Order: sequence, then C-alpha cells, then structure tokens
Amino acid sequence: MMRFILPLVIFLVLAAFLYAGLGRDTREVPSPLVGKAAPAFVLPLLHEADKKFSPEQMQGQVWLLNVWASWCGACKDEHPLLMDLSRKNIVPIVGLDYKDKAEDGIATLRKSGDPYTLVIADADGKVGFDYGVYGVPETYVIDKQGVIKYKLIGALNPKNLQETILPLVAELQAQ
Amino acid sequence: MKYLLMIALLLPAFAFAGLAKDMADDPVMERRMMQLAEKVRCLVCQSEPVSNSHSDWANDVRQIMREKMIAGASDQEILDILAERFGKSVLFDPPVDKETIPLWSAPFVLLFMGGGILVYQLRKRKGLLVEEPLSAQDEQRAAELLNENTASDQTTVTSNQAKDPQA
Repeated sequence: MMRFILPLVIFLVLAAFLYAGLGRDTREVPSPLVGKAAPAFVLPLLHEADKKFSPEQMQGQVWLLNVWASWCGACKDEHPLLMDLSRKNIVPIVGLDYKDKAEDGIATLRKSGDPYTLVIADADGKVGFDYGVYGVPETYVIDKQGVIKYKLIGALNPKNLQETILPLVAELQAQ
Repeated sequence: MKYLLMIALLLPAFAFAGLAKDMADDPVMERRMMQLAEKVRCLVCQSEPVSNSHSDWANDVRQIMREKMIAGASDQEILDILAERFGKSVLFDPPVDKETIPLWSAPFVLLFMGGGILVYQLRKRKGLLVEEPLSAQDEQRAAELLNENTASDQTTVTSNQAKDPQA
C-alpha cells in the first residue's frame, strides 16, 4: 500500500508547487516597499520646472503615483484607462515621467491627452530607483498617511483596475 | 568645407567620451563595483547578474553602486540599499531570516527526507530476507565448490607460468 501512497503524495506536493508557480510572472517580485512610507523626494513639475513637488503635499488624501515615460510602449496601453479614471475624478493621479526628456514627455501628453493631476519629471531616474522601479509602467497606491499600500508592476488593465486598485482606493478613502 | 571635415573628425572622439563616462575613473573601485554587481540579480533580464547585463536598468544600478561607493558606502550597505528597494530576491545570496528560511532549509529538509526514505526502505528490505541456516548437504556442496575453485585457480597459475618463457 505504502508503495503507492508515498509516490502519490510526493507527486501531489510537487504538482501543487508547480501549479502555484505556473500562474506567476517571474519578473514580478513582491515589493518590499509595500507597507512602508513612500520615500520622500523633491522633484520639479514637468510643465513648470521651477515648481517643485514632494509627496508630503498629498498628505491626507489617497493618491496614485503612476510611473510612465514617452519611450515606454506599455504606457500607451494603459493610457486610455488613466484618461477614463481621471475623467471620473475618483483619485488624484500623480504622473512620474521616468528617465525621459522633458520635451518628449510634454509632447506625448499633448498628443494623447494628459490624465494626470500633476506630472513630475524624474529625468535621471533617481527617485524611480528609490521607489524600486525596474519596469515601466508602475503604479503605486499611497494612503492618507503617505504609506505605500500597493504596487503594480506593468500596465493597468480593466481587470487589475476594477478588482484590485479601485476597491483598495475606495477602502483607503473611507478610512 | 575644411571646418566641416574637422568637425566630422572630432565626432568619434565625442562618441568615445560618451562611452567612457560609464567607466569609473578609478579602476580599483570599478573592479570592486563589478565584483559586487555579480551578487545582484538583474531584475529585467532574469538569472543574469547586474555585472553581465547591458540592460538600462543594470547600467543604472551599476552607476548607483559607483556613486554610493564614492560616497563611502560599504559593500554590505549597498546590497542593503538594493534589497530595501527591490526585495531580497535581487540578491543572489539572500540573507538568512524568517522570510528566506524555507529557501535556505529546503536542501537540508529534502536530504533528510531522502535519507529517511532510504533508511525505511533498507529496513523493510532487511525484514523481507529470511536467513535460513544451510543444511549439512548444502554446506558440503559449498565446501566442494570452493575447493574446486581453489584447485583450478592454482592450475591456471601454473599453466600461465609454463607458458611464459621468462618466468
């Protein structure tokens, strides 16, 4: 009897692990920043370089930090969703133009529309590094106390927006 | 036209300057940086260390490592900074703590399980073998066979010696 059960148990355990691994994107590493205070920074606005933005200014409200760039292909995929979100006026979206030339960033927004409450320019990517950015686009959900509650690596899509991000935003706003 | 030519001749020099910027001025530090970069996983190219990758992200990480080194950070401090931002999986050799203990203990757990199964199987096998004492008849036969073998061995040796003229 044991002769059959033992290999079967080993097979099932192995199969369970492999099955769990199947649906995972190996590029997606859990961010250690979730649950921690959003790193502080001061960056110029993309459109008005003499004005500065720092995350403390968003204290007291839930906001999204969306990392994008004019050179980023997947950013174009999520762009309509951001436009839609901004029209609904649910949550302020701060765009971080990552490692981009200011004129390219501005031109992209002028051409395809600007979904952002405000856009900051991270020309050398230093702030992006502090936020653990390695694949653009990335979207952070930051709560009223300035704590990162969620990080999405890759583009927004109707599914992750409706099922994860918006419910989380609503929950955090109610707090 | 002459000036244009001169400018054109200068162009490769500019290009070279652009490339050289990536290399640190200090070769000792550059070596230290590359050694450290070998311990860091390139997150955008998977299973490749940052030291080997030409991806933008790896370039940035190397640049940041240089800057931190110039600022006087130790190797460990730089690895900590990276792990803080990108997670421990960015390190090829992650620290042992409560999050990574399953990873570190897995080989030993598997070895232990394998050993346990081996011991169990060997014990079971031992139980299956019944040691029966040899009957007098068998014992005699065995002795005969053994003797015969020894005898024939000796014959072989002698015949070999006979065949060899040198011996």
